[in-house]
Amino acid sequence: MTSAIQGSNRLRWAVADGWTVTRRDILHWVRAPGPVIVGLLFPVMMMLMFGYLFGGAMTAPGGGDGYREFLLPGMFAMTMAFGLEATMIAVSTDVQKGVTDRFRSMPMAPSAVVVGRAGADMLNTVLGLAVIMGCGLLIGWRAHDGVVSALGAVGLLLLLRFALLWVGIYLGLVIKSPESVMMVQILVWPVSFLASTFVAPGTMPGLLGTIAEWNPLSATATAARSLFGNPTWGGGSWVAENATLMALVWPVLLIAIFFPLSVRRFQRLSR
Amino acid sequence: MRPTIVAEGLRKRFGDKTALDGVDLTVGAGSVHGLLGPNGAGKTTAVRILTTLLRLDDGHAEIAGIDVARRPELVRAHIGLVGQHAAVDEVLSAQQNLELFGRLYHLGARAARARATELLAAFDLADTGKKAVKQFSGGMRRRLDIAASLILRPRVLFLDEPTTGLDPRGRNEVWETIRSLVREGTTVLLTTQYLDEADQLTDRISVVDHGRVVAEGTPTALKAELGGDRIDVVLHDAADLAVAGQVVARVAGSAAETDHDRRQVSAAVTDPLAALADTVTALRAADLAVEDVAVRRPTLDEVFLHLTATKTEKEVATA
Repeated sequence: MTSAIQGSNRLRWAVADGWTVTRRDILHWVRAPGPVIVGLLFPVMMMLMFGYLFGGAMTAPGGGDGYREFLLPGMFAMTMAFGLEATMIAVSTDVQKGVTDRFRSMPMAPSAVVVGRAGADMLNTVLGLAVIMGCGLLIGWRAHDGVVSALGAVGLLLLLRFALLWVGIYLGLVIKSPESVMMVQILVWPVSFLASTFVAPGTMPGLLGTIAEWNPLSATATAARSLFGNPTWGGGSWVAENATLMALVWPVLLIAIFFPLSVRRFQRLSR
Repeated sequence: MRPTIVAEGLRKRFGDKTALDGVDLTVGAGSVHGLLGPNGAGKTTAVRILTTLLRLDDGHAEIAGIDVARRPELVRAHIGLVGQHAAVDEVLSAQQNLELFGRLYHLGARAARARATELLAAFDLADTGKKAVKQFSGGMRRRLDIAASLILRPRVLFLDEPTTGLDPRGRNEVWETIRSLVREGTTVLLTTQYLDEADQLTDRISVVDHGRVVAEGTPTALKAELGGDRIDVVLHDAADLAVAGQVVARVAGSAAETDHDRRQVSAAVTDPLAALADTVTALRAADLAVEDVAVRRPTLDEVFLHLTATKTEKEVATA
């Protein structure tokens, strides 16, 4: 009985403390909106660049003039991928500045450090997705297959971000120097581009095309395209035909690997 | 009454490097204890173990009678930690920082706000308003850091090199803060690389080197054991060194060392102020051109040279 009360108490504090840590990030957005706004507008700039600067030279896979319809779900997936570095930087900054140690020396729920981070980053992602989708609607992108389907696509996108959250937390705990932060930031680029984000993998030379097809970002982008009723690149390979399945498998796999790794890393802070 | 901090035979290894090699420590309630030692001596490791941030490999530690290894979550309610970095949120204001930590100490919104206001006034930060901590001076940031550690009025405060990286003004601010805490009865364990700081603030000092306590005692006792203060005389002309050496040795009553490159004579003294006055008079009587005369504490290097030297002598004697 007592342990049940203690257990529910513990859960209550875990939620309350997690929310307090999330609120800290929300306060950051209010007090120093600069980085958040840049973070929200960066995908919009990419969308305009690719939609209008390069878009004229592009045709949507399968013909027609719907390149921007093809592009937008790719931009959504890319927005999820770029969230990785925000998580990583936030985690490593707190470790380096001793804030994580202060939290760990306090009688608060130990999980709150990570739960709070997850809450803040997912909130930020929802906001970012809303902004880029809103801008997409302004330039003519539409979800054609109804609300349920569209929500399914949003769900898959957020699932990808949630998976990358654990990759970000792990990397944030592992990296020690600002130089390695730079390296990860640079590496996010080719990973986001070597996918079906901007162009169909079929147009890439052999090996690159295959890598792009198997990129988790491609799976989510392709699944979102088909759920939004936007043109897909229609590759004939197994992974292209099962994009929606892979858009579930990849994130679940990433979580299965990086969630335990992050927890172990976090515990190793006390070794 | 049981001591507030008890550590017995603390051992900690990182890979093949031994950080702590059997550290013992006893700190009575309401006293200030210094851990003095160079970089890498194991001071921070000891503090991290006592504040539940690191698990110990061997030994026993308790804070306020609670076992650190067995009940870390209970220990955390009794301690405040001020680490080497000012661990506060740089984007938030001082008030927001203290409210954030207050909420995480489970004070509730209203109590957290009240405690924050109270601490800001006590730490002379009340006029910082909405200013982000990023814009604070080093001393202000440190004071906020200490204030954040005192939200729950902990029985024990750990300060890990609290003045490293501060300018003299910031250092004085922090020293004043620590002194007033001590007046209120908080037990303090502080680590430092500076003999001067330990001397100023602590009741007792443990000198740590290579993961072991090599000496323990009151600052006065330790200094006496180390040969106390020294007087340095810098001459205008190196040719006067021999004469000056005789004068200084006679006044100080101990052997004088001469350094040709620095044109300097130095000797250990027991009563620094009297020695200073007598040396100046004697040098003037001898008609020597003097550039500088100063009394100083032995440096940490000298402390360690002395301590390790004594240890070797003892080992030789018992062998």
